[in-house]
Amino acid sequence: MMPAFGFQEHEHTADWELGVWAPDLPGLLEQSARGMYALSGMQIQDGLRQSHSISLHGEDMETLLVRFLTELLWLEQEKGLGFDEFSIVVDSQNNLHAMLGGSVITKLDKEIKAVTYHNLAVETNQSGLRVTIVFDV
Amino acid sequence: MVTIQDLKRISDYEWEIPQRFRDDMRVPVRLFASRRMLEEAMKDKSLEQAVNSATLPGLVGHVIVMPDMHQGYGFPIGGVAATRLPDGVISPGGIGYDINCGVRLLGSQISLDVARPHLDALATALNQHCPSGVGGKGAVNTTDAELDEVCRQGARWAFKQGFATESDLRRTEESGCVDGADPGKVSKRARERGRPQLGSLGAGNHFIEIDLVEQVFDAPAASIMGLEQGYLAVQIHCGSRGFGHQICTDYVEEFQGAVRRFGIHLVDRELVCAPLDSPEGQSYLAAMSCAANYAFTNRQILAHRARKAFEQVLAGKVKDWHLYQVYDICHNMGKIETHLIDGERMKVCVHRKGATRAFGPGAPELPAEYKSIGQPVLVPGSMGTASWVLAGTEASMTLSFGSTCHGAGRTMSRHEARRNVRGDKLRQDLEAEGIHIRAGSIAGLAEEAPQAYKDVDQVVEVVVGGGIARKVARLHPLAVIKG
Repeated sequence: MMPAFGFQEHEHTADWELGVWAPDLPGLLEQSARGMYALSGMQIQDGLRQSHSISLHGEDMETLLVRFLTELLWLEQEKGLGFDEFSIVVDSQNNLHAMLGGSVITKLDKEIKAVTYHNLAVETNQSGLRVTIVFDV
Repeated sequence: MVTIQDLKRISDYEWEIPQRFRDDMRVPVRLFASRRMLEEAMKDKSLEQAVNSATLPGLVGHVIVMPDMHQGYGFPIGGVAATRLPDGVISPGGIGYDINCGVRLLGSQISLDVARPHLDALATALNQHCPSGVGGKGAVNTTDAELDEVCRQGARWAFKQGFATESDLRRTEESGCVDGADPGKVSKRARERGRPQLGSLGAGNHFIEIDLVEQVFDAPAASIMGLEQGYLAVQIHCGSRGFGHQICTDYVEEFQGAVRRFGIHLVDRELVCAPLDSPEGQSYLAAMSCAANYAFTNRQILAHRARKAFEQVLAGKVKDWHLYQVYDICHNMGKIETHLIDGERMKVCVHRKGATRAFGPGAPELPAEYKSIGQPVLVPGSMGTASWVLAGTEASMTLSFGSTCHGAGRTMSRHEARRNVRGDKLRQDLEAEGIHIRAGSIAGLAEEAPQAYKDVDQVVEVVVGGGIARKVARLHPLAVIKG
């Protein structure tokens, strides 16, 4: 039986495609972030924890997802920060507030250029939400 | 889904998806491919993405797809689309996140016989002189004011710093500087990402390669380009780094709202676009030009560093160790060009995403020395396989908006490549073939394995058979430096 949340890499000829599922939108955002980090081969420093907050708005779930992951990419590539603790709240107006816990990145195998909107559609099913994300690499 | 029955065969190398294939297509799709390549392409979403691209407002002629096509996001890789000025659209996703990713080729008078004892040292020196790797910092750390000048002047900024010669500039597409760049249209984040990365290779499929000119097919053209059989050449493949990635990200975001304002219906949100004459379209064009000029400067600085590496290893040991520019081309760009379309000369924005400009003989955009032979076209193969130097043709001007292929094109996903190929074993195999490898990431090496790509020779046969390029020389790799 499939776990209630998770992510899985799909075949894509040139770029990276990630299938993500979770019971709700905060869970989907968290799993997407964890999946993106896993694709990059990211590792963070033990100890010396840092926290970081993110507030974003998206007109729809897809926009919110792209903006959230793009923000994490920015923190990864420019500030050298990665996160493994997520406390995410999304209100009914698609306003996201996230408290992230993490640390300095010690290893990053591969570079993601961008999170794309390619065929991006958050779908609802009996178990919750599912989305397929294509990253430009 | 497109099937072979949906295609109209024009020739052995040219096929068409008619406009009637889908109601929302505004122009047909013209494919340069052999039948076998088409059948392979149908295994991914390349053709579906080409059909989606053919729905954009203001398209003229055909959407063109090159034989190195493969699935991308929005546009297929290997796609060319032209939109009319002033009201046609410009689409950041039709150009790509790595704006002005491209290739530079340097020639030499260093014979393989003379160079052979020094190849390993050359690979090491190139690796040391040319910064590379994930998120890697560049050879030049610029201030905000300097970055503005890079945006405005492109490779001429590098010339003023002593990193270029006049010949380098002349032998660069657009002379290394696209007009209309406005740093005021670039975000703070793009600036932050761009400032420290100038003069860096990056990672992924970017590389520096020492090649042998293995075979010459057009001796007069090769001679004009300075390429001689048995001599070394150097290729540099990279783009606009985080600066371009951020600019594209910013405008894909901004255009999500623009399409709503302009009432543009999209089949895929990654195809977001804005009319060329709109403030949004003009802003993107100005910002994209900044990234294009950054990329020209980036490759110029890396060429300068490659020359330093050659000097360090060969000076005093080899009579003439200099590297001179053959040409520098873009393969992810939007350019305002004039083309003859349905008998009418028309100003258009040509989107090339994984496709190379390939202007034919006599084109006014070419430097004087290349006017008689056509534009040099640089087609890198996969790691460990051949690369090609081609020349643009007159036919390419009418058949493909003066464009041709850009590489071998992937055929295997990165996921599958990692499953099937061990990076350390691949490195051993390539070194056993006499190819010196310097790689920052062994996992990254596996993703770029030769078996993950099409046969570049077959790609070249198609563009030559289709009349949109002609062969000049074939290069064989001797040393590969990857981030």
